Amino acid sequence: MAEMKFIRGYPEYMRELIKKVEQTRMKRKDYTHPALSKEGREEVLKLHPDFAPGGKRKISIGPNKGEIGPTEVVDLLEAYPLIEKKDIDLSRTDYSPEILIIGGGLAGTTAALWANNSGVASKDILLTNKLRHGDANSIMAEGGTQAADRSNDSLKKHYIDTMGGGHFANKPDVLRALVEDAPFIMDWLLKLGAIIDREDNGDFVEKWGGGTSVRRLHSCRDYTGLEEFRVIRDEFRSREIPCIEHYPTVELLTDGENRVTGTILWNIETGEYKIVRAKATILATGGFGRLHIRGFPTTNHYGATCDGVVLAYHAGAKLRDVDTVQYHPTGAAYPIQIVGYLLTEKLRSTGAQPVNKDGEAFVFPLEPRDIEASTFIRECYVRNKGIVTPTGLRGVWLDTPLIEIKNGEGYIEKAFPGMKRMFDRFNIDIRKDPVLVFPTLHYQNGGVETTPWGKTSLEGLWVAGEVSGGVHGKNRLMGNSTLDTMVFGRRAGISTAEYIKSGKSAGKLTLEHTKKYVNQLKEAGIKTKRRAPILLPEYRGKAALARMIDIF
Amino acid sequence: MKENKSIMDRIADAAKSVTTGVDAKDIEYWVTIYIMGREYKVPADLTILTAMEYAGYKFVRGVGCRQGFCGACTTIYRKKGDYKLQTGMACQTRVEDGMYLVQIPFVPAEKANYDIEKEKYAVSIFFKHYPEIAKCLSCNTCTKACPQDLEVMDYIQAAIKGDFEKVAEESFDCIQCGLCAIRCPSEIVQYHIAQLGRRMFGRYENPEPEHLKRRVKEIEDGKFNKEMDKIISAAKNELEKLYAERVRESD
Ligand SMILES: Cc1cc2nc3c(=O)[nH]c(=O)nc-3n(C[C@H](O)[C@H](O)[C@H](O)COP(=O)(O)OP(=O)(O)OC[C@H]3O[C@@H](n4cnc5c(N)ncnc54)[C@H](O)[C@@H]3O)c2cc1C
Ligand code: SF4
Ligand code: SF4
Ligand code: FES
Repeated sequence: MAEMKFIRGYPEYMRELIKKVEQTRMKRKDYTHPALSKEGREEVLKLHPDFAPGGKRKISIGPNKGEIGPTEVVDLLEAYPLIEKKDIDLSRTDYSPEILIIGGGLAGTTAALWANNSGVASKDILLTNKLRHGDANSIMAEGGTQAADRSNDSLKKHYIDTMGGGHFANKPDVLRALVEDAPFIMDWLLKLGAIIDREDNGDFVEKWGGGTSVRRLHSCRDYTGLEEFRVIRDEFRSREIPCIEHYPTVELLTDGENRVTGTILWNIETGEYKIVRAKATILATGGFGRLHIRGFPTTNHYGATCDGVVLAYHAGAKLRDVDTVQYHPTGAAYPIQIVGYLLTEKLRSTGAQPVNKDGEAFVFPLEPRDIEASTFIRECYVRNKGIVTPTGLRGVWLDTPLIEIKNGEGYIEKAFPGMKRMFDRFNIDIRKDPVLVFPTLHYQNGGVETTPWGKTSLEGLWVAGEVSGGVHGKNRLMGNSTLDTMVFGRRAGISTAEYIKSGKSAGKLTLEHTKKYVNQLKEAGIKTKRRAPILLPEYRGKAALARMIDIF
Repeated sequence: MKENKSIMDRIADAAKSVTTGVDAKDIEYWVTIYIMGREYKVPADLTILTAMEYAGYKFVRGVGCRQGFCGACTTIYRKKGDYKLQTGMACQTRVEDGMYLVQIPFVPAEKANYDIEKEKYAVSIFFKHYPEIAKCLSCNTCTKACPQDLEVMDYIQAAIKGDFEKVAEESFDCIQCGLCAIRCPSEIVQYHIAQLGRRMFGRYENPEPEHLKRRVKEIEDGKFNKEMDKIISAAKNELEKLYAERVRESD
């Protein structure tokens, strides 16, 4: 079978192009491309998928009626509930925890631990998962977690960096909680036994994150999320907190008024449903990368399908800042097997430079993400200085060999084992050759509106983590979301525990809210076969799908 | 305006095989694989994961991150005409002609429960919670099975000797896929042992950084309260000014 000829992982023509990068490398070594001015930023942002024409529309029902969102999200809000026409028996309750947690990423798992720390017994908590406990965005975080804990740093600096990054749309009281709790979260992680990168003198190693004025990014090599999550999950398991897997929530239950009282779980393998009645519910279902907004590939895990936002909206919760989407500038653009996967920002903060087809540096490597991503799009599609892959994707080079030129040989192996391994599997040595990158869909900036304690506009419903909206405004800074999951996971855990202790009894279980929702859809004249939440994306081959029939 | 729109469309078009599933008519090179024994012709460019999807499988188990971090897509395979059983992550392994494969999406392994605050930072901890560790035969089967290419046997041997640092160092990149444990003739659950070792190392080896302790105390003492009260009520133009005036710490 004839296949393309590869030389150390790259086809011949790309290998030729790499020579240009090599030729300019030593000249670029000590060069930093200037950052864009305010005007320059505004100009290039017009190319960002959030601002380029099209791609968005108005939400026509519910508390956020009239506001704008990405078409793919609005499509899900304007879809009929999954269980609409199903006969659900709510008279038998299968689980009755005090606190129900939906989604076990960093946010949900942290919430469970802190509810437990706050006096709720393990057996009275239930953590439910769509896939396995840990099949989540959390486990994939590479770069790090922000916390203003060095003496030249301050909470105020962290606050201002985040506000500016978020285009000043962040919710002030929630953001305050984020920066104020951050050092405490680092302390908590250390006490749980997380291994966080240290200097020889025992201080944390702290790196640059895009858009920050101070080095405050804490990492665990390039497996930050993996380390944070597995430590927290290990503690969770040691406490024997009940946990069920492969049981997505397909609808929340309410008392028919404004209170969330439980949920319907669905066994994703057998199809059987279960009813949960809980006094307090924490929604921690993460983000929406797998909606492939505007057709972009994504860094997100398989189950990142916006379920939480849809479920909360069905129940009547208010959303905010769902109009903006974060695209990470450096998704892999080659080889095809890893397209869209994240190449951590830390590569740039330790010296890797974005470079165009002619071997020129064209952008300050650490602009905020939306700006950096837009300049890549400009280089590839306006200036035509991108590199075209064998499958027709375009990208710019990220000159990773500069990292070792600046930090010494052996640095990549030590600091970026995950990155190195990912490319090694396709015969590309990132110590010697650049990698090809293009923006990839990364993060749900907004979500269900929250207070500093994770409360939503509905009684009995808390949110934490990527599903929530407010803390990051219109654009999240690197390292602030793993932080956010633990800060607000903890706060939601504490707050629900207090709620339970105040002597709340469980509410009645109804699906009145979905009936109301369907009525609103009908009144708005929305005729569609769409159903939501979608739970999983569709990647089956078109030929196989075309001939599939349902028999059982 | 038109140009921007077409840029978005061109980007979407170029990525469609990754975002909507593969269409046979875009494919030039093919291979034949055997999913649980049954033959399928699939595009040569795919991973085991995407090839199974191409063949019509909708995963509800055996996949999580799709990028080699979560350990959900554990797979064993053998190539036609080769007796050797190989292991890998379905999301990270390219299909090859003549692959016979099956996923192992769940590993029935026991994890010990402990409170690390009450444990002793000493070699005895491994024998207390995982006494089977003493049965390690040094056969190195675990190392050969590891899709992360970790020196699994070495970290188990290090645990037996109480070398926490080595356990932490050698096992750090473990994605807890379970392949080592499945292959181990002594039924040792390497990745749980490593988890315990890393947590003990992280908790007890390095004292907490002074700068962190200081900051936590400052916050508890309310040192920043005034400043923070003020900033959260600052008007947008004030914040914009502060943002523009930031001085970047030198590299
Ligand atoms: C590749 C990558 C790298 C990143 N790097 C960084 C970084 O360096 N620093 C940083 O701060 N942030 C980073 N982030 C962002 C950060 O990791 C996530 O935003 C954060 O971890 C989200 O945590 P979470 O707990 O809110 O959601 P998740 O970790 O995604 O967990 C949500 C869980 O809920 C489950 N779920 C979803 N729907 C349902 C349902 N209907 N029923 C039941 N369960 C459901 C999901 O399956 C999942 O297990 C990165 C993200 C990605 C994808
Ligand atoms: S050490 Fe074991 S569990 Fe960890 S990655 Fe290797 S084979 Fe998988
Ligand atoms: S496979 Fe089991 S017995 Fe063999 S070296 Fe590894 S841990 Fe020891
Ligand atoms: S799906 Fe997570 S490692 Fe393959």
